[in-house]
Amino acid sequence: MAVTKTYEEINEKIRRGEAVVVTAEEIIDIVKEDGVAKATAKVDVITTGTFGPMCSTGAFINFGHSDPPIKMAKVWLNDVPTYAGLAAVDAYIGATELSETLGMAYSGAHVIEDLIAGKNVKLHATAYGTDCYPRKEITTYINKDVLNETYLFNPRNAYQNYAVAVNSSARIMHTYMSTLMPRMGNATYCSASQLSPLINDPFYRTIGIGTRIFLGGAPGYVAWQGTQFNPMQARGENGVPVAPAGTLALIGDLKQMDTEFIRAATFHGYGASMFVGVGVPIPVLDEDVVEKAAVEDKDIYATIYDYSVQQRTRPNLGKVSYAELRSGKIEINGKQVRTAPISSYSKARKIAATLKEWVQAGKFFVQEPVQSFPMDSTFKPLEIVTEEEI
Amino acid sequence: MAKRKIVLHFPEESIDKPITYHLVKDYGLIPNILRAKIDENEGTLVMDLEGPKEKIDEAIEFLKEQHVTVQEAIKDIVVDRNICVDCGSCVGVCRPGALSINADDWTLVFDQEECIFCQLCIDTCPVRAIKLMF
Repeated sequence: MAVTKTYEEINEKIRRGEAVVVTAEEIIDIVKEDGVAKATAKVDVITTGTFGPMCSTGAFINFGHSDPPIKMAKVWLNDVPTYAGLAAVDAYIGATELSETLGMAYSGAHVIEDLIAGKNVKLHATAYGTDCYPRKEITTYINKDVLNETYLFNPRNAYQNYAVAVNSSARIMHTYMSTLMPRMGNATYCSASQLSPLINDPFYRTIGIGTRIFLGGAPGYVAWQGTQFNPMQARGENGVPVAPAGTLALIGDLKQMDTEFIRAATFHGYGASMFVGVGVPIPVLDEDVVEKAAVEDKDIYATIYDYSVQQRTRPNLGKVSYAELRSGKIEINGKQVRTAPISSYSKARKIAATLKEWVQAGKFFVQEPVQSFPMDSTFKPLEIVTEEEI
Repeated sequence: MAKRKIVLHFPEESIDKPITYHLVKDYGLIPNILRAKIDENEGTLVMDLEGPKEKIDEAIEFLKEQHVTVQEAIKDIVVDRNICVDCGSCVGVCRPGALSINADDWTLVFDQEECIFCQLCIDTCPVRAIKLMF
């Protein structure tokens, strides 16, 4: 009989300090040596990790009430506009919002990093004033210790695979895939591949709404499927998508995070983003879970796109494996092209290892999703139409 | 006698000109080439230029007339390991291969001997970990 385990059985082992936990890299060799059946019996949890730029990141902040109180209408944190179209002192700061004084050099992502680092941040807000909120302006300083609830809510993180970017034009291009050299002078890629959470659970069997995760160095949760969730993307025989597919909406307490695992980023000529560290523990429920998590770079493919074509659908220049990408060179149309990652594989390893320690120490339990993601969701484009045409 | 460290960037149309010859013959200078990288598309030369100050100034004017971009007072490119997250973005713009990712632990390696001071990595680094030290 093939071995199966329940979430409760795995958590009981974690509670007793007896759970066998390995990373998504380590499971590859274990399966090669012992086979899937033995590995399933032996291992209880497989930890994953990724650390890449994730633009759809931001934080909800509650400032508390001043005296007399103010219903903040416009808010700036260190001169970065912060959305305040919520209740009086609730706001949301998005990672890609740029400073009104420093431009691309400072952004919402930098404010979030500064708050996590415990730094003081200047708060400026204006209001129209009401009978219950008479104040019309406030300038003060805040840090994470004086704030009420402050949590990251990231609408789209941890993309399941991503594109490989090249530039066939004659000019240098500044993109969210970093600097692309002219005439295909380089190719950039962005995935933790064999360590990446959704690549190790390609059909979202154990990752769903409510899954407990590692987010920026603190425990967090999967809140929803991420925006642009696209499970219908083309997949290889092993089930792994060959282009961007699933995504996660994540939530976690900013005050517990650590700047080692979450950092502001500026892409020259493009704008701001945020390196977000995400790790997901995969409970070993059965052989299928292990087989999927044992996937390795040579069997994970990404699609090469020409970013010099400034259209929604860019020309597809073929597929390449992460083993080839990580070798430092790939061949495109007979030309040797230097490759470079834009997400940190060393940090991804550290995240998977840290999460492994948390589970081994009995501090972190696996959570069964309260609801699975919709498998028929599609990623729709935005058409430019009149009201009559829609 | 003065001495200045300069970096010369040659566009495609200037890579076949005997620049160093002119610096010696026409301006009486002593060029000491520290690093060089030239291919069919462009070229970069890092050199110390030694000679009378006014001759160095004249020679730099001459270079500019030849459509050579001249950068001066370059000291060193430095990677701040406390800021770097080892993402690898800089590797993609480093033509001479001075910046690379170690395949064992996936951390950034900077081989200063290979650097030609093109400085593309400075702006490309998303966390501003690469700096120019004067």
